Amino acid sequence: MQKYSVFSLIKNAFSDHQNWEVAWKDPTPKKEYDVIIIGGGGHGLATAYYLAKEHNITNVAIIEKGWIGGGNVGRNTTIIRSNYMHDDNALFSEFGMDLWRKMSQELNYNVMFSPRGIINLAHSDAQMNAYSRRGNSMRLNGIDAVLLNREEVQKRIPMADFSDNVRFPIFGGLMQPSAGTARHDAVAWGYARQADSMGVDIIQNCEVTGFDVTNGKIIGVRTSRGDIKAKKVGLCVAGSTNILAEMLNMTLPIETHLLQACVSEPVKPLLDHVVTFGAGHFYCSQSDKGEMVMGGDLDGYNSYSQRGNLPTLQHVLTEGIAMFPFLSKLKMLRTWGGIMDMSMDGSPIIDKTHIDGLYLNCGWCYGGFKATPASGWTFAHTIAQDRVHELNSGYSLNRFNTGDLIDEKGLGTKTWIS
Amino acid sequence: MLYIFCPHCGLRSQNEFAYGGDATVKRPELNKEISDQEWNNFVYLRKSPRGKHLELWHHISGCRQWIKVERDTSTHEIFKTYKADELTE
Repeated sequence: MQKYSVFSLIKNAFSDHQNWEVAWKDPTPKKEYDVIIIGGGGHGLATAYYLAKEHNITNVAIIEKGWIGGGNVGRNTTIIRSNYMHDDNALFSEFGMDLWRKMSQELNYNVMFSPRGIINLAHSDAQMNAYSRRGNSMRLNGIDAVLLNREEVQKRIPMADFSDNVRFPIFGGLMQPSAGTARHDAVAWGYARQADSMGVDIIQNCEVTGFDVTNGKIIGVRTSRGDIKAKKVGLCVAGSTNILAEMLNMTLPIETHLLQACVSEPVKPLLDHVVTFGAGHFYCSQSDKGEMVMGGDLDGYNSYSQRGNLPTLQHVLTEGIAMFPFLSKLKMLRTWGGIMDMSMDGSPIIDKTHIDGLYLNCGWCYGGFKATPASGWTFAHTIAQDRVHELNSGYSLNRFNTGDLIDEKGLGTKTWIS
Repeated sequence: MLYIFCPHCGLRSQNEFAYGGDATVKRPELNKEISDQEWNNFVYLRKSPRGKHLELWHHISGCRQWIKVERDTSTHEIFKTYKADELTE
């Protein structure tokens, strides 16, 4: 594999950039693999990469119905954070933060990780108390958390509405300074390029149409490009999880819902952090191109459409304008939607299944992007060793049966409410 | 914007409704021993199909009745709506 560096850039400039190696190949599927990963999104690509790198398993195929990185890894608002209260979530995502910090070097691909800090705004004394509790829990788990008062928030985001006459005055906020953003497509491409160089086959335009299961053991998958045998199969298909589960006669604690995001026209740099509104569901950051990147609530009813509806967008942006009044003057550049695998307690599932050799990675709700490296790392471990790692032991499929839920927000099973 | 036909009020915009989830899940029978597995199936497991989906909606800013809606989850087409106690096809 050609190393990306300033020297290779200069060298290729002399040949008008016509001689770059392809970043990953386009192989035809082999008859058999040790491991097949279904889903060429961030999590699937990361899983294949860590299977090869950490476990020396390189006879691996990634099967993707469309093109790699065309799903949620290319549709999210790029936020990376580990500001969780529950131990399982906190330790898992803080492990991921370490992987994020070294990702560009490790992958030899600039993922533009930008630890610009996230601020969750508080709009009441009660919310400040709740944030102080969450902040303390985070610090006990070794995650940086700072409770900001109103003046400290105003210093960092002076453009927010600090006037006297607002419905939701800003009391303060909880900040995780090490949180941030990254270039989402680069994450998918970086993992794909490294996985490919270690021998992983990335097979695009290949739809899974069924599974071959004999005596409770998986022996292969049926695809639009023929049957492929495999000793182990991992599912990383986010919003399409239930469609594949149905082929396996499995019913899961997952519902598929639609989440929208949008960007404004680009403006000069004015927002240094990721900021979330505390009296509703709205989050905002500014991209390197200057666009305000925004998102909020789910559309609110089961959907596979990947296309949003206006009432929710209007509701979300009303919250945005309550927080940042200047947003009302900006033109909207793009809006889009992605389909989320909403789990019944808001936390993911990375586990084995009742079928031998079949592994499940789903339930990311709207927090899938930040989890990409940690999810890939732990899923690769679970597949390679045929047992869960300590980090994902809480993310079991059986927890709904035993009552060991990880309900960070305390929302219960109404997955569409927030 | 979805337009939902409320069997009590007629055609209304989605803004008047609150979603209530999958209408096909059945609570385990009363006054019987219920296993953890049965509770799990009822409380947590969902088919979440792509295509036809029978779901509950609450006409919360209208007549406040619960209704059942048969809707396509990939096209958002609404085929039929029912009163809450009406039998579905």
